[in-house]
Amino acid sequence: MMQVVSVLAYLLLAPLAGALLDGLDRRVSARMQGRQGPPMLQPFYDLKKLFTKQMIAVNSVQMLLNLSYLVFLAVAGSLLFAGADILMCLFILSTADLFLVMAASSDSSPFSTLGAGREMIQMMAYEPLTLLMAVGFYLATGSFQVGDIVRMPYSAVLTMPGFLLGFMFITAIKLRKSPFDLSTSHHAHQEMVKGITTEMAGPTLAIMNIAEYYEMVLMLGLMALFFLNEHWWSWPVAIAACLVVYLLEILWDNAAARVKWRVLLDSCWVVTLLTGGLNGLILMLVR
Amino acid sequence: MAIIPILIAWPALMALVIPSIRDTAIRGRVVYLGAGVVMALAAFLLVGWLQGGGGILDLVGPVPVIDHLMLAGEFALMALIVVLCIKYKKYPVILLSVAQTVLMAWSELTNPVESPTHLRIDCLTMLMIVIVAMVGGLICIYAVGYMKAYHHHHTEYRDRSGFFFSMLFFFLAAMFGVVLSENLIWMYFFWEITSVISFLLIGYTHTEEAINNSFHALWMNLLGGLGFAIAIVVAAQTIHTVQLNEVVADGAVIPVVLLAFAGLTKSAQLPFSSWLFGAMVAPTPSSALLHSATMVKAGVYLLIRLAPAMAGNMTGMMVSFIGGFTFIAASMMAIAQNDGKKLLAFSTISNLGLIVACAGIGAEETIWAAVLLMLFHAVSKSMLFQAVGSIENCLGSRDIEDMHGLLLRLPKLTYIMGIGIAGMYLAPFGMLISKWVALRAFVDANNYLLVIFLAYGSATTMLYWSKWLCKLVSLHHTKVQVTDVTRKDQYFSMYIHAGATLGLCLLFPLVSSKVVTPIIQELYGTAHEVLSMSVLTTMAIMLVSVLFVPALMFLLTRSTHRDYVPIYMGGANEGDNTYFVNSYGEPEHLYLSNWYLRFEFGRRRLMRPGVIISAGVIIVMMCVIIGGAV
Repeated sequence: MMQVVSVLAYLLLAPLAGALLDGLDRRVSARMQGRQGPPMLQPFYDLKKLFTKQMIAVNSVQMLLNLSYLVFLAVAGSLLFAGADILMCLFILSTADLFLVMAASSDSSPFSTLGAGREMIQMMAYEPLTLLMAVGFYLATGSFQVGDIVRMPYSAVLTMPGFLLGFMFITAIKLRKSPFDLSTSHHAHQEMVKGITTEMAGPTLAIMNIAEYYEMVLMLGLMALFFLNEHWWSWPVAIAACLVVYLLEILWDNAAARVKWRVLLDSCWVVTLLTGGLNGLILMLVR
Repeated sequence: MAIIPILIAWPALMALVIPSIRDTAIRGRVVYLGAGVVMALAAFLLVGWLQGGGGILDLVGPVPVIDHLMLAGEFALMALIVVLCIKYKKYPVILLSVAQTVLMAWSELTNPVESPTHLRIDCLTMLMIVIVAMVGGLICIYAVGYMKAYHHHHTEYRDRSGFFFSMLFFFLAAMFGVVLSENLIWMYFFWEITSVISFLLIGYTHTEEAINNSFHALWMNLLGGLGFAIAIVVAAQTIHTVQLNEVVADGAVIPVVLLAFAGLTKSAQLPFSSWLFGAMVAPTPSSALLHSATMVKAGVYLLIRLAPAMAGNMTGMMVSFIGGFTFIAASMMAIAQNDGKKLLAFSTISNLGLIVACAGIGAEETIWAAVLLMLFHAVSKSMLFQAVGSIENCLGSRDIEDMHGLLLRLPKLTYIMGIGIAGMYLAPFGMLISKWVALRAFVDANNYLLVIFLAYGSATTMLYWSKWLCKLVSLHHTKVQVTDVTRKDQYFSMYIHAGATLGLCLLFPLVSSKVVTPIIQELYGTAHEVLSMSVLTTMAIMLVSVLFVPALMFLLTRSTHRDYVPIYMGGANEGDNTYFVNSYGEPEHLYLSNWYLRFEFGRRRLMRPGVIISAGVIIVMMCVIIGGAV
């Protein structure tokens, strides 16, 4: 019963929460840059506007692939919020990403193809840590099931701080934050226009945005797993921790310049090895 | 069970008959017939075996005549190798061949060991027979159409198709022999035949490259064969048995490590990987056969057999390290490949690495994963090779860059490729599930290094498949017309493979409980379900979403009205999404390339360190293991 409620809550509320967070993001970013910034509800206005736009497309499959991206993200998130296997959730997450990459390459347009290539490099950069993180949870709690992980007597972060650091590092990729916003970013003034979203317009772009909101909430859900335990007070702590991490990501976004793909790959892989790799090794040795 | 000698004899007979048929049409029919009978024989054997209860069957008691014939056969193979080596001036190879043959003859004559049973059928053998017969038989059928088109394109090579088909059938016979043999001496005989046939197949075109690569493959496989021969001699001398089962049960250290070494060479693990991608010079059906149903599978088959004797000791550590290391190194090198067949070769090596790593750990779960990986890999890889071969015959190139927008040009072949690629790495196809189980088992076995290898290797695997898939699906219209010259028999084979890939995915729980669990039961005496109910539910969700979400979305979006607009190209689009106006005001053709990261992941950069590390580990570990056991 709880599972059904939580999955439904995710499916219905994740886009709202994601859009609100995006609104907050824009405002905080603007304040950091000494600007006023748009209203908190601006992402909703944007979505409304996108949906009312004319349906133009460069080919017949883009919309279908984009919708698949959205649905797979919803499935991945549902698995997480239903308390299912965390590895399966991560595998579906990368399948979802693949659909976005295919949507971008189906256009055969120079800018979106370039973005798709970079998106694949980004996936390669972050995937080792996500897999190791699942292993870390297994070592720390004895289960891959999210349902078991959140019912531990103490928070997982106590035994896996390294994984948390590594996860914070790669979250910048998933949230499309500088310095790792190689494949596309929220700003259209870069060397490859808008990257993977270059050829997406109107409702197609709106679907892509909603999917990103699902992904954002999914990532924060994974973040919360580090803090949740059997006590009720761990929930507000987890939510607060997620917000703090999100604010840190915004700060990093504004403070750092975009890096080249090589730096992205090297830094992610090395950080993964130093944080998750070491933390996991210690967990395995003391087990 | 009188059918078993026929199963080995029939393909061997076909191999003798086919070269004498000159007319290509009749030869094609004969090949269909031969392959059809092989598949039917395997099916009969399966049914008969299941009706008999599906247990372990020991067959063929002492038959000295066949033993002597095999010894004569080994000398014949040696003579063949010696003659060819002298002809092509590759003298060092002679040493390897003569050494092992003389060693075997000496051991058999001076220290004969009574062998109670020569052939044995159990679940693993049966699975292998079905794989070899079905996948191998379909590859033979595919080859009929392929070889016609091949010699139509490549007029520079002499048409020796009769010899080619003969070798394919010989290969099947030898493979049946390898998986059926319980007596190691018999297995060694068939093992050597596979080495020699692959050598002859690789040298098919007689170009300088082909000949060099074929000798490269030969010496590596003969080195493994030498290890095999020494293992038999040591087993006969020390524990007085040449039965594979007894050697494994005894856990005799030296024979097991040497047999494992032979398995590593045959399954093309680092540092012995180079022969397998050198084998790419041969026509595609032989690559498909070497990579999917035969040859490399003989190596992993032997390692899976040895797994109980490798669990938790130094040999297992060596094998699992080499496997894990090969998995990550080969998947990195695959990123830099733009030749379709070479990429497939690296992916084979990489996947075999994972299977070898699982066998080296030797726990129940890892063997479960290894058997499933082997099954899925055989079907998907055979299909992918066939599809790439057909694409090459249509396009005249197997460069992945030339496959840009193939979906519009060769839709049927592209769908087959797509299923194959998805089968290799996407959720919820079997490969990924097996990988998932392997990851858990590595953690439970406390082997953190393998966990790291798997985590990074999955990421690199994802990249090289995804970028190929994306290349295929980009909707790019070109003016170059392509006609699909793929023949019906080729499609026949590929469709069955595609159906099998999807079917295996749908029937996954059934395959797991009815096929793999009995194998584990036989190897270990016990077996518990690796997949729990909650995992199966999750898998069902994944399956439904992967199969139905895109289909549903297709139906939903098909009817929506859209206005099509040209893509944004920087310079003004000429209107056809193919040309844009450059800075001189002239039309410029759009060319989009994939990422290959050659400087980072190229073979030139990674191969040598990979070989040095793995060779060093093998040498040191073998010295330690053998030195410790003597």
